[in-house]
Amino acid sequence: MHIPDGYLSPATCAAAYAITVPFWVVAFKRVERLLHTRMVPLLAVFSAFSFVIMMFNLPLPGGTTGHAVGVAVAAIVLGPSAAMVAISIALLIQAVFFGDGGITTYAANCFNMAVAGSLVAYWSYVLIAGKCALDSPRRVVAAAIAGYLALNVAALLTAIEFGVQPLFFHDAAGMPLYAPYPLSIALPAMMIGHLAIAGVAELVISGGLVAYLQRANPELLAGSMPSVTSARAAVVNSTRRLWCWLAGLMLLSPLGLIAAGTAWGEWGGWGADDFAGAQIRQQMLQASGGVAPPATVPSGLERLASVWRAPIPDYAPAFLHDLYVGYIVSAVMGAGLIVLLLLLIGKWVGRQSAEF
Amino acid sequence: MLSEAISLPKPPRRRHLAQRLAQGLLRAIDRAQTAESLAAGDGLLQGLDPRIKLSGALALIVSAVLTPSLGVVAGLFALALLLAWCSRLLTAGVCQRLWLSVLLFSGTVALPALVVVPGRALWQLPLLGWTVSEPGLRSAALLIARAETSSTLALLLIASTPWTHVLKAMRCVGAPRVLVAILGMTHRYIFVLAQCAAQLFEARRSRIVAPMNGAQQRALATAAAGVVLSKAFWLANEVHLAMISRGYRGEVRLLDDFHTRARDWLALLAALSVPLLILWAER
Repeated sequence: MHIPDGYLSPATCAAAYAITVPFWVVAFKRVERLLHTRMVPLLAVFSAFSFVIMMFNLPLPGGTTGHAVGVAVAAIVLGPSAAMVAISIALLIQAVFFGDGGITTYAANCFNMAVAGSLVAYWSYVLIAGKCALDSPRRVVAAAIAGYLALNVAALLTAIEFGVQPLFFHDAAGMPLYAPYPLSIALPAMMIGHLAIAGVAELVISGGLVAYLQRANPELLAGSMPSVTSARAAVVNSTRRLWCWLAGLMLLSPLGLIAAGTAWGEWGGWGADDFAGAQIRQQMLQASGGVAPPATVPSGLERLASVWRAPIPDYAPAFLHDLYVGYIVSAVMGAGLIVLLLLLIGKWVGRQSAEF
Repeated sequence: MLSEAISLPKPPRRRHLAQRLAQGLLRAIDRAQTAESLAAGDGLLQGLDPRIKLSGALALIVSAVLTPSLGVVAGLFALALLLAWCSRLLTAGVCQRLWLSVLLFSGTVALPALVVVPGRALWQLPLLGWTVSEPGLRSAALLIARAETSSTLALLLIASTPWTHVLKAMRCVGAPRVLVAILGMTHRYIFVLAQCAAQLFEARRSRIVAPMNGAQQRALATAAAGVVLSKAFWLANEVHLAMISRGYRGEVRLLDDFHTRARDWLALLAALSVPLLILWAER
């Protein structure tokens, strides 16, 4: 997953630096504020740990071996900001000192593994582990899933970065100048190996390490590190801030009514009437580059259009006559349903891990 | 004679996991020490100012990534070879090891491009009947050449410069002071923790009397990782206390005492002219 030099175009590398630098700056400042004098030794030693852990080749079921990145463990024990910095430093030493990963592609590697990996690992761990006890098996399952997800998200980003190269960077004859495979090849090639082998290594090491820490050093999971306690507080604050943002967005949702026209492919939904209506036919014609819709309704569309009728069509509940209030109520109901669904999934995962 | 008299059981062909991991860690430490000793030796690059080497290496790596021409990449690789020879790095064998590992990785990635990338057919592979296309061949060659050239240039910097000097040079080209301090300490503690892990595996190996199955091996590796993690935190606390006792209050100070001579500036000019020439030619 460590992208070497020459696989990504200079433009992609520059874009990766532009995206990753703000994450580094914010993470660094946050860690510096939280840890002050402890920052230098803690990050140095934890980066060294991440580096050493990447040298552990783990035997996996099926006879293969794989090594972990340690991103989930770093995110769980240190918090996402410190993990971002620690993994970035380990990757820098790997790139410069051991030739594992490129120098021009360093920011891309950091974005995939340190930034996205840490965030995915931390949030999935927090979401699945919830507030369960430190010695709960649910934490082991949460860490294992967090590691698996983090590594596969990093692999997915790497595959996308590889896959867009031939699309944008080729010579006049069409010869790819950098990574030569399109997304259709890069995605399965990267993901099969990571879903089946490397992700499993990360799953085993993350779950295994948390299980070990539960027995040997549970205070590391309790958030006794200053970074962790502060990060947990920051999570609560940021969650509160997210709720405020969500409420604000709900209130602003009627702005969508101002937009003219209809989304492509969403002209109606009730079948035959849409194809007969002159106004809707005109909208379809304009939105489809002058290609006229068929005169009659396609038979498949007509059959399937009446299978399901939404209880609140067009975000306008029947019991409300005001269009704008209806829009806001729809937004609140939609967000509520999503939160309810997530809570149910959380409960179900919790029960499964408790049984485990 | 003894083995003829008593039929001893044959040693297992495959080494034990603990042994493999311990040897892998020790080999990495050994290679790093070799690189450090090479950096302290005599040679063309060893005599240059580390700041110039860092800037020059970056300029040449960017050039290798920037150019779409296989000939220019080949030229840069020849230049890297010449520099390695003048710096006595070719004879030490470090370049050869790197080339082989990069070739194995990049070759695995690049080889399917021969038949996957569409274009004018060059020839058909016997038995399989797959067609090797000209754009596929050029694309694979460019990918491998770029990866080999860039990694060789990065190796030239590291193998000809002590790590502490690389860090000081990073500071001089604008890297934050605290980052440089962390990188220096990380490099030091990588070897401390790797040594600790290697000893742990060695100790465990000496206590194993029967082959371990897959689950036991995984348990061994994760427990070792857990011990190293706990030691890392213990070490961080110890180092922090030591730093505080020596007057550290959160401000990092580094000594920057490099001196640049005329030949350093000439080397930098030559290195910087390469990407500029490529950009001019591409105009």
